[in-house]
Amino acid sequence: MGKILMKGNEAIGEAAIRAGCLNYFAYPITPQSEVAEYLSRRMPEVGGVFLQGESEVAVGYMLFGAAGSGERAFTTSSSPGVSLMSEAISYISSAELPVVFVNIVRGGPGLGGILPSQADYFQATKGGGHGDYRLLVMAPASVQEAVDMVMMAFSLAEKYRNPVMILGDGLIGQMMEPVEFSDHLKSEPSNKDAWATNGMDTRKSKERNLVKSLFLDAQLLEEHNLALKAKYDRMKQEEVRYEPYNIDSDYRALIVSYGTMSRVCKTAIDNMKTEGIEVAMIRPQTLFPFPINPIRKAASKKGCVAVISFELSMGQMVEDVERSVQGKCPVYWHGKAGGEIPTPEEVIDKVRSFT
Amino acid sequence: MQKEVMFAGFGGQGILLIGNILAHTAMEEGFEVAWVPSYGPEMRGGTAYCLVVISDRPIGSPIVRNPMHLIAMNRPSLEKFAPVIKPDGVVVINSSLIPVSSGRDDVDELLVPANDIAKDLGSVKVANIVALGAFVARSKIVDFEGIRKCVQEQFASKEKLIPINMAALDAGKKAANPNIS
Repeated sequence: MGKILMKGNEAIGEAAIRAGCLNYFAYPITPQSEVAEYLSRRMPEVGGVFLQGESEVAVGYMLFGAAGSGERAFTTSSSPGVSLMSEAISYISSAELPVVFVNIVRGGPGLGGILPSQADYFQATKGGGHGDYRLLVMAPASVQEAVDMVMMAFSLAEKYRNPVMILGDGLIGQMMEPVEFSDHLKSEPSNKDAWATNGMDTRKSKERNLVKSLFLDAQLLEEHNLALKAKYDRMKQEEVRYEPYNIDSDYRALIVSYGTMSRVCKTAIDNMKTEGIEVAMIRPQTLFPFPINPIRKAASKKGCVAVISFELSMGQMVEDVERSVQGKCPVYWHGKAGGEIPTPEEVIDKVRSFT
Repeated sequence: MQKEVMFAGFGGQGILLIGNILAHTAMEEGFEVAWVPSYGPEMRGGTAYCLVVISDRPIGSPIVRNPMHLIAMNRPSLEKFAPVIKPDGVVVINSSLIPVSSGRDDVDELLVPANDIAKDLGSVKVANIVALGAFVARSKIVDFEGIRKCVQEQFASKEKLIPINMAALDAGKKAANPNIS
């Protein structure tokens, strides 16, 4: 099949269906309401379910229930909606159930605005809900990458029995780009009999599966948290994804940027190259696990005098960049949080001022 | 080589649609494309614009401060975007609704009475397609036959609208090249 031109939000909805997910629970919110609009039409065509919850709180627990019964389930929302789901995300993480969340981020805090933003970085990577849990967080920089990540997310969620979040900014949802849906990214559901409450007769087992997150015994809760930690540590070993750009040049500065902002940085890097100024970039594709070692290595290269985190926020990822660089090079931040996206010219000005 | 086209007007003029048709045509011709809408708390009658980026290599920033070309369907759009268009770009002005020029002497300005032409064809709704036809004929940004094919595909589910939209494209082409029959 050739490429088709699709809006990010609609492509995300289609990608979930192509990945074999037939359960979509959601509540509309700009800038991702087109996913719900699209799937309200598409899900009945493929025998799936779209159920609009009475609020995002309800949606979170619909996902909890569906996943607990062994069904692939996902939702899409935007920042304030994800805040409302955060309690359920904590419970789902503790119960070790695979659910895919898509956050098409808008400006905040509070109701904020509806324009593109990356201000939910902390919420996604450091926990918006309570307790020691981690989400596997992927950040697409194009509509095609959003499609690929959504399709991969379901098998990753099942591999780790852990929620996966796709963190896209508003532009990824609203923009149209050519996409194709790769069949090789489609995965068969994993063996859910190990955890799904699908009936002992169904799976011909004498063991009952229990979905729970309450461990009143200190030792049991400690063991539970250690098991979760081992899982997050395994993600750090196996799931770090990033794209290096112009990294083989003799660069004076290293940019760290993701999502739409990273595309602006790419154009800036190309433009600086024509003027003889070399700048490299590491674009994290996973925000958790964060590409700590690649960034440290790139920042340590001889001749690199600045590491700059460009973000559509007031400086969130920069804390992980500092943690990665570990003082081997000065770290700077530049960003905007009102909804306006810095231009390549602005990026070039900032690179000049920091180097 | 990257080219950017800004389509601008008021909500209801079919601005996003003609941007979509151009992006689709360019994609069929093998180019990388991005279609970036203005989105905000918009309403019918408010401003609407979209930027189409066409490139022969992967597109970096989809946000462009100085687009190459402009199709302005109403006066506020012309006043907002004409000053930022790159020199030598094509600026299509819907002269049915815009009584002024771009004020630029370094662009290829093209006055097209799109609404009047559309009314003569039978429906003011195709003014956007008239402007698109004029722009493609003048800029040669994609093959004209390609854009005809895409408009046909666009209206495949509303077949009775195809003839008037084809006529609108051709009328736009004629307006862009009055000396060529």
